[in-house]
Amino acid sequence: MSGNYSNGIWVFAEQRSGYLHEVSLELLGKAKELAEQAKSRVTAVLLGHSIRHHAKILINYGADSVLVADDSRLETYRVLPYSVVMKSLIKEYQPEILLMGATAMGVELAPRVAAKVQTGLSAHCIDLKLDSQGQLLQVVPGWGGGVIATITCPDHRPQMATVMPGIMKARPPSKRKGEVKEIEVHLQDKDLGPEVLEICKWDQEELPLEKAEVVVAGGWGIGSQENWKIIEELASALGGSVGATRPPVDEGWAHEGRMIGQSGKTVRPTLYIGVAISGVMHHVVGMDQSKYIISINTDPNADIFEVSDLIVVEDFRKIVPKLIKEIQARLKA
Amino acid sequence: MKRIVVCVKPVPDPKHWDKVSMDPVTKTLNRQGIPSIINPLDKHAIEAALSIREAERGEVVLLSMAPPFATSILREGLAMGADRAVLLSDPVFAGSDTLATARILEAGCRWAGEFELILCGNLSIDGSTAQVCSQLAEFLDLPNVMHVIGLDWQGKDEVIITQKIEQGYARLKASLPLVISVRKELNKPRYIPFTGIIAAESKEIEVLSNKDLKIDPTYIGLGGSPTKMAGLEIRRFERARERLEGSAEEIVDKLVDKILQYRAP
Ligand SMILES: Cc1cc2nc3c(=O)[nH]c(=O)nc-3n(C[C@H](O)[C@H](O)[C@H](O)COP(=O)(O)OP(=O)(O)OC[C@H]3O[C@@H](n4cnc5c(N)ncnc54)[C@H](O)[C@@H]3O)c2cc1C
Ligand SMILES: Nc1ncnc2c1ncn2[C@@H]1O[C@H](COP(=O)(O)O)[C@@H](O)[C@H]1O
Repeated sequence: MSGNYSNGIWVFAEQRSGYLHEVSLELLGKAKELAEQAKSRVTAVLLGHSIRHHAKILINYGADSVLVADDSRLETYRVLPYSVVMKSLIKEYQPEILLMGATAMGVELAPRVAAKVQTGLSAHCIDLKLDSQGQLLQVVPGWGGGVIATITCPDHRPQMATVMPGIMKARPPSKRKGEVKEIEVHLQDKDLGPEVLEICKWDQEELPLEKAEVVVAGGWGIGSQENWKIIEELASALGGSVGATRPPVDEGWAHEGRMIGQSGKTVRPTLYIGVAISGVMHHVVGMDQSKYIISINTDPNADIFEVSDLIVVEDFRKIVPKLIKEIQARLKA
Repeated sequence: MKRIVVCVKPVPDPKHWDKVSMDPVTKTLNRQGIPSIINPLDKHAIEAALSIREAERGEVVLLSMAPPFATSILREGLAMGADRAVLLSDPVFAGSDTLATARILEAGCRWAGEFELILCGNLSIDGSTAQVCSQLAEFLDLPNVMHVIGLDWQGKDEVIITQKIEQGYARLKASLPLVISVRKELNKPRYIPFTGIIAAESKEIEVLSNKDLKIDPTYIGLGGSPTKMAGLEIRRFERARERLEGSAEEIVDKLVDKILQYRAP
């Protein structure tokens, strides 16, 4: 009986070293929203080894059912065996839609799966909707974000899309019931591919940029490592996270994980404050979906003002230190 | 190493991206006046190929699917030091999505002759899909590794690969043949020497059409692409753009009000 898993909306539940990736929970939120609209069901697909306990979490975040492929050969992610297993599941259950995170793993795996089952795939979607026929509209940025295209996949199934972390919002988890099904894994030696020798991760950042409700981002105009502290202080006064354009990362003022934009992260905080940032499209694509945008720049014609709700044309050195003091005073009061 | 194929894609120069407009009738992008360059990451792929060749000999072949103007881009890659180039160019290729593109490149790779390594950029700056290489690898039935920032050769056909992942890296052991997509951290592309430009003049650029490749036309071009473009718009921004005026104190005062209003509780 495959009825519960068939023709539904699937989310690839990404885990590495036993940790579920946040993006999968975000995608479940979106999938659930689409499923309610299409009167369909959400299935999370979980591959790995000794990872069954995650099924409950996936259900609480919106999955109606979970397909679990548990096998020691799937313990460490490798593109070949993962794509082979995904293909066999797709062939068996014929999902309508398959969503995956545009993570290091998803970016490598999704195209391989799409090629295996010969279907369409759109990359880095910033929005997903259903049209009146129930077809998935995949909204993607191109040309550094200056061009927005809507992609469809009319004649092939599943309709596949990847989405960057931080774009969709996870629903608050609730205690839900769902079905968990273990599937048999069939792999041959030739399906295994390059061997993973080791995985090294440095410590998690204090507050991942994509999760912060307030982001204070600094640009090249900050001028020095010394001045960069002002950005960090403003962020910490607001309980927010520090972001950066590319030059501060190149200069070493900020860690690479802080970069926002085309080659960095996409953030959608409630409040984004951009300081001494010119607003080149490469950066703007990563922040322009923020709810409220404040920019401080000495140049009255700075492009960043085009995408700002509130504009301050001033030297940040005259404004930000006072701002920090004032915020600290008011928050204490 | 026998032969290394490097996939290079001509992309519109980002310095001129503000010139892009949309044809209101055909709803296609008008790129007129926007010069093309080699996709920046593809230069890193060429550099990687050249350094392998320097250590081991072999042949570096550039492969591109693009309109005929791309010969000038390929010429630049030849000037860096590649041995020859193959341009796949045919009106029936136009409108190919990543799957169809990968299929055409697959045919090109097979045409180029027996190869041991295929190098690509991790993503292209215009489409930014980062999909073509994994799909090419699938069609060639070869393993692939993306996000590559380190290659440490262990003898002739085994390599330890450093792959960038979130907050860290993975190390993999792979053997040839293989498809690899590189990030910019891998290396620094060399400057083109004047002698390279001269040498490139006499190197061969083979231009192939589908008469040569004979790919089933139902799998390529606009018609053979599973994804379709249902809409296209040039992004415009609608924001309040309210400007705060006054002394620094006055500005800070109003700023704090707004900030505390929007800061999540
Ligand atoms: C393929 C590609 C990908 C890229 N990806 C990214 C990406 O993901 N993210 C990214 O950010 N960049 C990216 N870039 C780089 C991008 O093109 C820009 O170079 C970068 O975003 C500019 O950063 P900036 O605004 O900080 O610097 P600048 O453009 O130099 O702007 C500095 C601003 O500071 C202002 N200023 C100076 N002094 C002061 C002061 N005292 N007070 C107030 N304002 C001041 C100036 O008026 C100016 O507007 C990419 C580039 C390429 C080619
Ligand atoms: N038309 C093409 N011709 C040759 N190589 C390509 C083409 N399209 C993509 N590639 C290769 O695939 C990489 C990733 O491109 P993309 O999937 O478009 O982001 C590029 O850096 C190239 O190495």
